[in-house]
Amino acid sequence: MTFLHLVRKNLGRKKVRTLFTALSIVVAFILFGLLGALNQGFSGSVSLAGVDRLVTIHKVSLIQLLPIAYGARISNLEGVEAVSHYTWFGGYFQDPRQQVFSTPTDPDTFREVYAEFEIDPDQFQAWQNNRVGMLAGKSLADTFGWQVGDRIPIGSTIWPTSDGSYGWEFVLEAVYDDGDPANTNEQQFFFHYEYFNETRQFGKDLIGWYTVKISDPENAEAMAAAIDALFANSPTETKTTTEKGFAQGFVDQVGDIGAIVRYILLAVFFTMLLVTANTMAQSVRERTNELAVLKTLGFSDTRILVMVLSESTLLSVVAGVLGLMLAYVAVGGFAASVSQFLPGLALTNATLVLGLVLTVVLGLITGIAPALSAMRLNVVQALARR
Amino acid sequence: MSEILVKTRDLSKVFAKGKEKVEVLRGLDLDIEQGDFVALMGPSGSGKTTLLNLIGGLDKPTQGSIDVGGQRIDQLRSSQLSKWRARHVGFVFQFYNLLPVLTAQRNVELPLLLSKMSRSERRRRAATALEIVGLSDRAKHYPRELSGGQEQRVAIARAIVSDPTLLLADEPTGDLDRETADEILDLLQILNTEHGKTILMVTHDPQAASHARHTLHMDKGSLAKAA
Repeated sequence: MTFLHLVRKNLGRKKVRTLFTALSIVVAFILFGLLGALNQGFSGSVSLAGVDRLVTIHKVSLIQLLPIAYGARISNLEGVEAVSHYTWFGGYFQDPRQQVFSTPTDPDTFREVYAEFEIDPDQFQAWQNNRVGMLAGKSLADTFGWQVGDRIPIGSTIWPTSDGSYGWEFVLEAVYDDGDPANTNEQQFFFHYEYFNETRQFGKDLIGWYTVKISDPENAEAMAAAIDALFANSPTETKTTTEKGFAQGFVDQVGDIGAIVRYILLAVFFTMLLVTANTMAQSVRERTNELAVLKTLGFSDTRILVMVLSESTLLSVVAGVLGLMLAYVAVGGFAASVSQFLPGLALTNATLVLGLVLTVVLGLITGIAPALSAMRLNVVQALARR
Repeated sequence: MSEILVKTRDLSKVFAKGKEKVEVLRGLDLDIEQGDFVALMGPSGSGKTTLLNLIGGLDKPTQGSIDVGGQRIDQLRSSQLSKWRARHVGFVFQFYNLLPVLTAQRNVELPLLLSKMSRSERRRRAATALEIVGLSDRAKHYPRELSGGQEQRVAIARAIVSDPTLLLADEPTGDLDRETADEILDLLQILNTEHGKTILMVTHDPQAASHARHTLHMDKGSLAKAA
């Protein structure tokens, strides 16, 4: 027999109660894992955003459009390496509920701004040469089974073509892939602005936002101010921020996901704390006599304290790890089905490690009060109670 | 003359009961020789169990000294007393006090968890202790699967497994029928005569006391007479 055996046996004393307590911990950690993955899904694009890129939008809101001519003026600023532009297309494939992030752009400047995208040079050239060509993320192409060369009908919820229809057609010419779909937004596609501008019914020569690659990330704030100063007091003023700030702004439209997740988890763990602490307190109260006997046999106060803390921690860690494992499996399953909307949905190592730390912390916190009371138990009084 | 194992001098214990102070032991002097088997008798409230607890290092005296095997245990700190108990004293209770979640073998092994013995050595010692009390065939049984007498035998095995000098028994037969009680008392006698254990046993039962070499009577916190 070992000390751990004794701890384990003590936990198995009231099997049903221990099982239900363990199950509530499992559920709490499943929730922790799922919410952590959701948070990652929403904030993934924020962490992806490059620090050497600025985004310029209309000062009023992203919905307002900017003149295409602004691009050339921004390019002329010292410290600007490249400028590309995008326009919210509101694209969907087959069903309006199947939204796909899609935007027209200029292939040449796009390549300069997003140099980290790995694209086969031949495919890229084919995309450049075909005005109805499309560049899609590998993950997106895989999701819908698109092959290079396929003609792909895409609907737009915003932009009608010159003939009044909202149906567009593109040819998949190139696919980008960086080998790590969890960390890159591969659930989007790009197409030629020129084709878009000629074909759309309204909004000619207007774009949604500019992405500006700058040479010195340390100077980002000054560069943003310089860009906005270019268009100050004009009918179309701009607001420039870092790409990270822009992505965060998108996420913030949904709400402060991080805060929501934190509040939910706080509530869950507080409840869990009460449930587990109550179980441990009951368990210690029920065996006052046994604890007194252990002390009589020579178990020191410290050893008794450690024993009770070990019980609560073992329960919490075993159940918590099981919960995290189930969450991992569940997130793996969900991730594929929601990859168009939340490509970054994943249970990261950081979340798993935090979860593991929390299992230990939960165990220690819930065990400390009963452990202290067991440690302070007066042997003579406890034995006399029988 | 044998060496004195337990020596108390001017031993007093006062309990506070609300605002009232109750003097349970009053300046008690007691000598128990090494290898003796002493029965401690007396009416309820005479201080028998309190004396047993003090000699076993479970409680501290209000006044006076307790010397066991040459060590002043009244001067030891709580953590030192725990270690001292683990090494030098075995306790036998009226209600056996076995851990219901452990088998007989593992209940007996419990005190050895505090030693640095290997697992195999602990197992071997526990098996030997169970053999001495005649319960080798019940090693894998849980307390709920044992009779009262068998449970008390396991408790005795647990008390002797770490080979302590002193065995303290508080009404060890108080919960048993006559026949079983006699078996337990015979076992204590064997431990005393054949294994050299010094035993101090608190009892209300004169027949139980008759198994001891000496009987001490307590009344109102003092020793009445020695028999």
